[in-house]
Amino acid sequence: MKRLLGWLRNPWGQPRALPAFTILYLLWSLVPVVLAVLFSFNSGRSRSSWQGFSFRWYWGDPDSSVLHDPSLRTALAQSLRLATLTMLIAVPLGVAFAIGLDRWKGRAASTSNFLMLFSFVTPELIMGVSLFLVFVKLFTLVHLGTTAQLLGLITFEMAYPVIIVRARLLSIGREYEEAAMDLGASPTKALRMVLVPLLLPAIFVSFALVFADSIDDFIIVRYLSAGQSTETIPIRIYFTARAAPTPALNALASIMVFSTIIAITIGMVVYRSLTKGERAKGAALREFAAQI
Amino acid sequence: MSRRKYERSSRVGGVWYPRWFWPAFATPATLWLLFLFVVPFYAILSVAFGKVDPVFGNPVPVWNPFDWDSTAFRFVLNQTFLRGGLYQPAFIRTFVYVGSALAICLLVGYPVAYYISRHGGRWKTFLLVGLIAPFWISYLMRMLAWVNLLQDDGLVNKTLQLLHLMGPPKQWLEGEGITVVLGLVYGYIPYMILPLYGALDRIDRSLLEAARDLGASPRRTFFRVTLPLSKQAILAGSVIVTLPMFGDYYTQDLLSASPKTTMVGNLVDQAKSSPFVTRAAGLVTVMMLLLLIPMAYYLYSTARASREAA
Repeated sequence: MKRLLGWLRNPWGQPRALPAFTILYLLWSLVPVVLAVLFSFNSGRSRSSWQGFSFRWYWGDPDSSVLHDPSLRTALAQSLRLATLTMLIAVPLGVAFAIGLDRWKGRAASTSNFLMLFSFVTPELIMGVSLFLVFVKLFTLVHLGTTAQLLGLITFEMAYPVIIVRARLLSIGREYEEAAMDLGASPTKALRMVLVPLLLPAIFVSFALVFADSIDDFIIVRYLSAGQSTETIPIRIYFTARAAPTPALNALASIMVFSTIIAITIGMVVYRSLTKGERAKGAALREFAAQI
Repeated sequence: MSRRKYERSSRVGGVWYPRWFWPAFATPATLWLLFLFVVPFYAILSVAFGKVDPVFGNPVPVWNPFDWDSTAFRFVLNQTFLRGGLYQPAFIRTFVYVGSALAICLLVGYPVAYYISRHGGRWKTFLLVGLIAPFWISYLMRMLAWVNLLQDDGLVNKTLQLLHLMGPPKQWLEGEGITVVLGLVYGYIPYMILPLYGALDRIDRSLLEAARDLGASPRRTFFRVTLPLSKQAILAGSVIVTLPMFGDYYTQDLLSASPKTTMVGNLVDQAKSSPFVTRAAGLVTVMMLLLLIPMAYYLYSTARASREAA
């Protein structure tokens, strides 16, 4: 009550303006998406007036629901396929790369490190055009389509696991491995039995992040696609958002949001249980966030 | 005894490894980057400086740099930098849009990051989830959300009319520069806030207390201690936000799709799917040259940060 009176007397006092601003920001950043998800459950065709709750656009409608419209169904399948395969290939490559870069010294190592960082900061449009040109003009054995999309996505996503795993390697240090080898383990055995288990949290975070990021990818996947059969959800959104879409498009986009949330939640839970006892309660999320 | 085996070996931290051991880990990914990052990069140049097939009109890349033909690239340069050039309006517009979007990102992002890092208290984790959530929602989905809201009978127009703030419904999605700028802000501001939050959260509180103990006012403490300590993050955040904005074409396509708001990314996208692929490659080369400085700065600052951490 006292606070409220104080606010009435001086509504622009510093400590009140900042939280209000922050809350307004969060509302502005999240409410549009929440509304878009909400309208995917609309029972009518409108995306702006509510006509009742239904699953019509997910599976109810016999023609234009996500389940029954072949183009939407293909997009969903292609998105999931690309994200899963990218995750399965990019993460092992990136983890090995991170271990190598962390230990291998010399000019070749710093060149290869520079390449990795350079690929990380190159704008995606430039990378998309370059990959398109190389598959069309030089590596013509690889046709545009799923394979090209996969190769491009892996190139683009590989830097994430490298950066995440290297941060973890820095914080682990070399002592555990050295202890193992002093006790008679071979380098390979020390790696397998000591280092990899210690890296597991970072590896799981990488899996989650790469999956979430590649299911959302647009530029590279679009430029390397070969017509409708290899279109993903973001491409579907791009082509139909302005062409009088039905809430089925919202439903498709919402499915993508749900799968990302599931991937991230799994990553988060696994990260937490793997690093249990390493830090104070509640710090896990902040650490997880710092790895983005 | 077994050390003999590793005679030609490297010694790190008192442990012996065969010489090939660590490079072997980095080799597959390095080769991958050579073939799918460096070679494609070179492909841009050899198309931009390549020839055009006289019969079919499709571009023929020239792989030998001594045979490069700069006619097509000179055309792109002239259209970009000469007065009245074909591409010039889009280039200027892109700089204006990206500049305004960047300014708004900073003005909105800094207070939010500051509040959450300093006064988040027990809500910190919750607020942080709110900050991170946009990262996990597809960019296109977030733009779709605004297309829904801004359509002629969308909720924005409905609300404004309900409050009698506006007469006839406004066509937000038909070539409004402001819509595109706000779309860019909406899309990229999370990438600005997170580094800012990280830097502000790391500031040692005793420094602030010291400033206050020495008689500085809160305002002075902010300008003399907090702001200088977050300068790196401001620069890093600006680069992270700016680089993708320059290559963005879909925000414009979804929120406006009008020639009045064409950006450089749209030029590239349109040229890429036309017979003039050579021009797309030329435009990408120009874009790369323009962005080289911010990219180099970002690489330099991350390298320094990791040296400091090590």
